[in-house]
Amino acid sequence: MSKIIQVGMADFKMATAPDKLITAGLGSCIGICLYDKVIKLGSLTHIMLPSSSQAKNASNEAKFADTGLKLAIREMEKNGAQASRLLAKIAGGAQMFKFSGESDIMKIGERNSVAVKENLQLHRIKLLSSDTGGNYGRTIIFDPETGDLLVKTIGHGERII
Amino acid sequence: MVYDFSELSGIQLDILREIGNIGSGNAATALAQLLNAKIDMNVPQVNILPFAEVPDLVGGADLHVVGLFLVATGSAPASILFLLPVDKACLLVDMLMGKEWGKTNPSNLSDMDISALMELGNIICATYLNALAMFTQLDFRPSVPALGIDMAGAILNSVLAQFGAVADHVLVLETEFKRGDQEIVGHFFLLPEPGSLDVILASLGVSL
Repeated sequence: MSKIIQVGMADFKMATAPDKLITAGLGSCIGICLYDKVIKLGSLTHIMLPSSSQAKNASNEAKFADTGLKLAIREMEKNGAQASRLLAKIAGGAQMFKFSGESDIMKIGERNSVAVKENLQLHRIKLLSSDTGGNYGRTIIFDPETGDLLVKTIGHGERII
Repeated sequence: MVYDFSELSGIQLDILREIGNIGSGNAATALAQLLNAKIDMNVPQVNILPFAEVPDLVGGADLHVVGLFLVATGSAPASILFLLPVDKACLLVDMLMGKEWGKTNPSNLSDMDISALMELGNIICATYLNALAMFTQLDFRPSVPALGIDMAGAILNSVLAQFGAVADHVLVLETEFKRGDQEIVGHFFLLPEPGSLDVILASLGVSL
């Protein structure tokens, strides 16, 4: 029996096929999916913020793009994955609210996707596909068997990236 | 400085709870006046929750909700988020616009419906803020609310992300408004900016 493993806000989980990973309701947050095709091991990190460097409290590594990615690579390597084989898919980074005279803080979604891409490059992990931006939420289901990432939305369709 | 709700002592929490109680009481009164109907209210549940548990409280990260978000500036800047399920929000629109019960279609809201929701959110959030201002004698200047209609998780994490750098917990008030046998459950989130919690507590005479 395959399981679907829930990943919460600022949370990190791993799954081996045929199990799948799900995170519901990504807004400005980003779901970073990494997988190693050879051993069919996948991980999903639900990050909230671009960087841990300015945080008062950075104890939860999965909360930030930089530490979240490091955490994912480290944990996957512990479970037999090879960093050089890792591939990535990402989704999220929307801007849910619009204000007049937007401040930087409201553009967290955009800053998150930039930070995630930068960090992936830093670790030389190839980004296969991404579905970011917009002004709507996403629920994503990641299948380490095929590497398919299913993106569901309310009123903006469903797609596999 | 106090950054996170989890650092507060029992008495400080009790006081914040009491403000929440009064705030939602005022909001229910405002709602009753607006709808010209008798609105009952339960004593609100007050919770301090870690971010990760918040979506479950409101019915799951996937739930289709209406979120009203406003920012209050002043000496203790804070944000308020009011969330309610989209089907319940539609009932409120029905009441407000004098439409037949269940007439508003959640998947096809008109501009008028959205404008009605904004106004409701504005009133509910502002009355809540008034209670806080009255107690603390601090000045809160609310912005025009922003409206989001989408998955609960998506709305929540966009708002919580702003506070994620300093905090891991949020103060949630669960309020239940009733009109007849129709329950309309909404959730208030109070999100003080870094440092604001100190100012609020000091003004209430319960600083650390």
